[in-house]
Amino acid sequence: MAAPGERFHVLAQLEHLQSKYTGTGHADLNRHEWLVNQHRDTRASQMSHPGANSFIAIVENESRARTRFNLLNRMILPCGPPPEKSALDDL
Amino acid sequence: MSRAGRGNTEAYAQELNRKRAALRNDEEEDQPVGNGNKAAFGVGGSYDTDVYGGSTRGNRNDNYLESIGTGEEDDVDEDSVPTGPKKTSDFNAPHKFIQEVANMAENEDPFAETRTKTIAERQSKYHERARQRQISPERIDAFVDQTPDMRNRGYAEIMKEQRYQEERGKVERELADRAKSGDLQVSQPDKKKGRWDDSAKKEEALGAGSATPSQTTAGSAPRKRLGVTSISADAATPHVNRWDETPVHGSGVADATPSADRWASTPAAMTPRRNRWDETPKDSVRDGGMTPGWGMETPAHGAHDDVKVEDTPSASKRRSRWDLTPSQTPAPGSATPLQAGGQTPSFTPSGAMGAMTPGGATPIGTAAMSMKTPAVPIIPMTPEQMQIYRWEKEIDDRNRPLSDEELDSLFPPGYKVLVPPIGYIPARTPSRKLLATPTPMGGMGMGGFHMPGTPERDGIGEKGVGGIIDTQPKNAELPPLKPDDMQYFDKLLMDVDESTLTKEEKNEREIMEHLLKIKNGTPPMRKNGLRKITENARKYGAGPLFNQILPLLMSPSLEDQERHLMVKVIDRILYKLDDLVRPYVHKILVVIEPLLIDEDYYARVEGREIISNLAKAAGLATMISTMRPDIDNVDEYVRNTTARAFAVVASALGIPALLPFLKAVCKSKKSWQARHTGIKIVQQMAILMGCAVLPHLKSLVEIVEGGLDDEQQKVRTITALCLAALAEASTPYGIEAFDSVLKPLWKGIRMHRGKGLAAFLKAIGYLIPLMDAAYASSYTREVMLILIREFVSPDEEMKKIVLKVVKQCCGTDGVEAPYIRDEILPSFFKAFWNQRMAMDRRNYRQLVDTTVEIAQKVGSVEMIARIVDDLKDENEQYRKMVMETIENIVALQGATEIDARLEEQLIDGLLYAFQEQTQEDSVMLDGFGTICTGLGRRAKAYLPQICGTILWRLNNKSAKVRQQAADLISRIAPVMHMCEEEKLMGHLGLVLYEYLGEEYPEVLGSILGALKAICNVIGMTKMTPPIKDLLPRLTPILKNRHEKVQENCIDLVGAIADRGSEFVSAREWMRICFELLELLKAHKKSIRRAAINTFGYIAKAIGPHDVLATLLNNLKVQERQLRVCTTVAIAIVAETCAPFTVLPAIMNEYRVPEINVQNGVLKALSFMFEYIGEMAKDYIYAVTPLLIDALMERDQVHRQIAIDAVAHLSLGVYGFGCEDALMHLLNYVWPNMLENSPHLIQRWVFACEGMRVSLGPLKVMQYCLQALWHPARKVREPVWKVFNNLILGSADALVAGYPRIENTDKNEYIRYELDYTL
Repeated sequence: MAAPGERFHVLAQLEHLQSKYTGTGHADLNRHEWLVNQHRDTRASQMSHPGANSFIAIVENESRARTRFNLLNRMILPCGPPPEKSALDDL
Repeated sequence: MSRAGRGNTEAYAQELNRKRAALRNDEEEDQPVGNGNKAAFGVGGSYDTDVYGGSTRGNRNDNYLESIGTGEEDDVDEDSVPTGPKKTSDFNAPHKFIQEVANMAENEDPFAETRTKTIAERQSKYHERARQRQISPERIDAFVDQTPDMRNRGYAEIMKEQRYQEERGKVERELADRAKSGDLQVSQPDKKKGRWDDSAKKEEALGAGSATPSQTTAGSAPRKRLGVTSISADAATPHVNRWDETPVHGSGVADATPSADRWASTPAAMTPRRNRWDETPKDSVRDGGMTPGWGMETPAHGAHDDVKVEDTPSASKRRSRWDLTPSQTPAPGSATPLQAGGQTPSFTPSGAMGAMTPGGATPIGTAAMSMKTPAVPIIPMTPEQMQIYRWEKEIDDRNRPLSDEELDSLFPPGYKVLVPPIGYIPARTPSRKLLATPTPMGGMGMGGFHMPGTPERDGIGEKGVGGIIDTQPKNAELPPLKPDDMQYFDKLLMDVDESTLTKEEKNEREIMEHLLKIKNGTPPMRKNGLRKITENARKYGAGPLFNQILPLLMSPSLEDQERHLMVKVIDRILYKLDDLVRPYVHKILVVIEPLLIDEDYYARVEGREIISNLAKAAGLATMISTMRPDIDNVDEYVRNTTARAFAVVASALGIPALLPFLKAVCKSKKSWQARHTGIKIVQQMAILMGCAVLPHLKSLVEIVEGGLDDEQQKVRTITALCLAALAEASTPYGIEAFDSVLKPLWKGIRMHRGKGLAAFLKAIGYLIPLMDAAYASSYTREVMLILIREFVSPDEEMKKIVLKVVKQCCGTDGVEAPYIRDEILPSFFKAFWNQRMAMDRRNYRQLVDTTVEIAQKVGSVEMIARIVDDLKDENEQYRKMVMETIENIVALQGATEIDARLEEQLIDGLLYAFQEQTQEDSVMLDGFGTICTGLGRRAKAYLPQICGTILWRLNNKSAKVRQQAADLISRIAPVMHMCEEEKLMGHLGLVLYEYLGEEYPEVLGSILGALKAICNVIGMTKMTPPIKDLLPRLTPILKNRHEKVQENCIDLVGAIADRGSEFVSAREWMRICFELLELLKAHKKSIRRAAINTFGYIAKAIGPHDVLATLLNNLKVQERQLRVCTTVAIAIVAETCAPFTVLPAIMNEYRVPEINVQNGVLKALSFMFEYIGEMAKDYIYAVTPLLIDALMERDQVHRQIAIDAVAHLSLGVYGFGCEDALMHLLNYVWPNMLENSPHLIQRWVFACEGMRVSLGPLKVMQYCLQALWHPARKVREPVWKVFNNLILGSADALVAGYPRIENTDKNEYIRYELDYTL
């Protein structure tokens, strides 16, 4: 939260608006969360651009549909398990 | 009572008492103590009912109030004039005169009309019931893993209580019935001896302590049982009415039924409570028990120094008990013993009295009262009471004896104080005083005149309420209290040492301070309070917060604004408290639900918002378990509001979530109330959510359909209404979902009569538009028989529904015109087209709509021909209705079908109706205009006649007539143009020109509007009078301060500047420019906008140079609004005359070393870039140095405006290859992210967003990456805002630009797909 006074005007509204979408971040985000979002964004982009999808299909020697499916599956825990919460995080 | 004053009072009093006692012994006490029943001299009289109220202790079984009636009926007549229920006046003037005087006194307040009414004052009886509900105590939060507080109740307990209440209601009713029929006898316990009885033992009864009735031991006194309440108390519950108890002192209370006392929860009531009746006045022997109404303050000399007169039940005092705010006096029926705990949450009245007396003031009045009878002042007063109280105080204060100092200052030197002769007793008999002072109730008006004190003698008018109670809290930063705030904020009046308070007390005090700031403070205070309370919401905790806010919202003296603010507070803290709010859901609902049926639209919206937020915070399960018990509450009001609240919950959490619950409720076997409410919930959902019910239509209909065959008529009716609402919400889809209900509905309209029939008809009426043409046709035929039968129904509601259904039916495809013409129209016109229908606004609307709808089917002529003659009806309202109908028909269908004969009739009627109008609204004008436009060229024949009328009326003595005539010209000017009546228009123009000297601004505005209309259709060249004559005449009118004149004048001038500027000299235009600057000050936005646009036209006409010089000069003025408007005007000039003509001049102006001018220039640039869009590509390199300079300015506002300009600039030049300049600018914009001003940050975010578009998201991301993970939160925060905007705006584009992060041993962070190469 920035200055206390601005909770309810345009900026706060902007923040609220932003927080409604997945993939957005905030000042307390950790590296893992940020990168997970990046990975998912990347895969979503590659899936939905037919060109990129075909390209990956060729490289991986799979059908386009299979590639799509693989990319979709890779969105589940794309970077592996989240790091353990340390006591320091809550400070 | 004057007889009391003469002779030996004491002896007389004794005599009286003796006689009275004797009388009582004779059991002949039931002689009525009626109004005007004078006691003959020497005969044992009765108590002064005006002093002792309508019931005296002595008189046993007549009108002694056995219980406090908390129902509203009892409260109502408190305000009506004869104050005591049975009042024996001292003088017996005819009642009507007293009434008249009282009325006059009541109407005294000259500001009464202008005063903003409190919400309570404008509410209907039904709405008022909101305040009779009690704020229930908190409940168990089922989601918390702790052993719930045993004091809190869970769902099961509440349901049990609900059952119990219901049961009790039933028993009570039954008992009452039986009592009425005589089966049940009122048990008369043996007579209790009242204190007034023992006058024989007066001597020993001296002193307050001995006032307890001697024979009755505390608590064991037999209770007198009379009336329904006490019967039921006997039969069903330990419900003990307060007044049933023997008034006992001290220990006696402990013996009374525990916690059944309605005030038991307040600590004050725990302490030995002294009844006002308990005390025998100390010297009752002396004055015969006739204690005067207001002798609180006895002069401090003389023999009878200790004759402190007790607080006595004068009429005004008596009120205080019954007049408590409802939050503290729940209706006895609904008060369960347990719930009482929640009624007065935290307002321990402990310190109230101390707070009310400012330090050092002599303890007269209140203080004295507080010493004698603690009860009265502790109980919070309503404004009226406070007013009365203040008035009494004032009288007392004014009549207080002059002090020695005052006398000294009055008299010339040489006077001395004489010793009173021996044996002298000052004639200070209280009864005399009674005569001397008016009765309190008679002369009371709210907020009457208060005479200010003279400097020598402090008045009391200016010392807050009554001069006794200080209204300024000790913390001087807080706003003062209003009289009715006293009960909520009294603690703030006390000066306390913060360090001695416990944490809870401190928090409570803090919350109170914030709330007071929000409620009574100035906007900055309010903002501050709101912020603080929101920030600390979790710290304070839900309980303390709601315990203070909710009673405020229930206050009867609440005003709209205050309610809005309090609701806002709740909204904010809900957001913060989140699931902490669960135990308080019901409390909040009790207060917020009434908003849902408020007449004010915004209140309803606010209420919905709160409940929806509450639902989101507390979750579905909590909402259902909290509201479930209210669904079959015995009170219809509670059920109604609960149903609406449930609908809001459904809209917040989704319909599917609620379906299983609704299904169960609507099929409830136990009570029809539950079914009724369940179906009502569905109805409200349909009304609230509209077509959003469509996906669930089938299941919703299935849920409610059972109700059509319910045994309860009310359930059947609401089901039909619910189906109507569902059908209305889902038009034109979803007929399949209603298949199953068609048959029962169909049967229903044959079976029902009256209200039920109306509901069923409504349902059918809304279903017909959903059907296929064939079905609709056959259904219409069937239902029409019944409709036509009901045409003649006298019931207003039925009329509206019938009209609505007719409209629906006729609008449907399958219904053919011949059928309507033959079957419906004759009886339709017979039944509805009469003057009576025009009187009610809603009937009026509905009839007009229906008629227009039918006209769509059967053709306009058919309908117009039937009603056109009514344009000459003698009833104006009816004429208006006819006119509006014809207008709507013509507007929709044109006038092509109208034949010559009808045309004549129409115009004839129009002229008549127009000339006869007396009311001021636009119906006639609009009608005239629309019909003439519809007739088009066919109106030519009638124009001379119309213009003749207009000309004649323009000359009328009445301003209104002139105005209407001028308005009519502006309506028909286009038609005149169409009919090529230019000569006529020219003539009108000249006449109007001559009338420009008009002195009524309303009329002048209309005349200008008419001129404008003529000018617009005739063209500048052909205009008469010629433009060169007209415009100079307009210039002085621009100075007129009336908004309508200004607006019309500036429009006309603007039109001339736009299209006919060549007719006027440049000098004249410059003169107008100067006048226009003044218009920039106008309050109305449309005027300012018109003025600014006119600058553009003028600049175009005479070249930007002079205009610009004028405008730039205007930047130096002080007023912000003027400067802002000027900058907009500069930008518009730049846009209309191409930026290069203006830019050099304004950039040069930036060199003026004056901050206002520089800011103005920057702002003008900003607006200019906004307006010129991509044209900016030619100027970006020219202005970049200036912007760079501005971005390095120390002044924050300056940079802010510059950033705004950069943002508009960057958006304008997107795609024109100006990245180099933009990057340069961004380098100067970027460091502003660390500023604190939210405005500046907002512009900065905006500029970055502009850069995202024009520079590309990757460039901006590279700026962000440097700071996203900065150790300082202050740096990270703004940058995340920008980064989030990047993600929202161009997530896809960022994929390629994210940095490559190395893997860790656990996590794989490299996106290997990006490494693929072929």
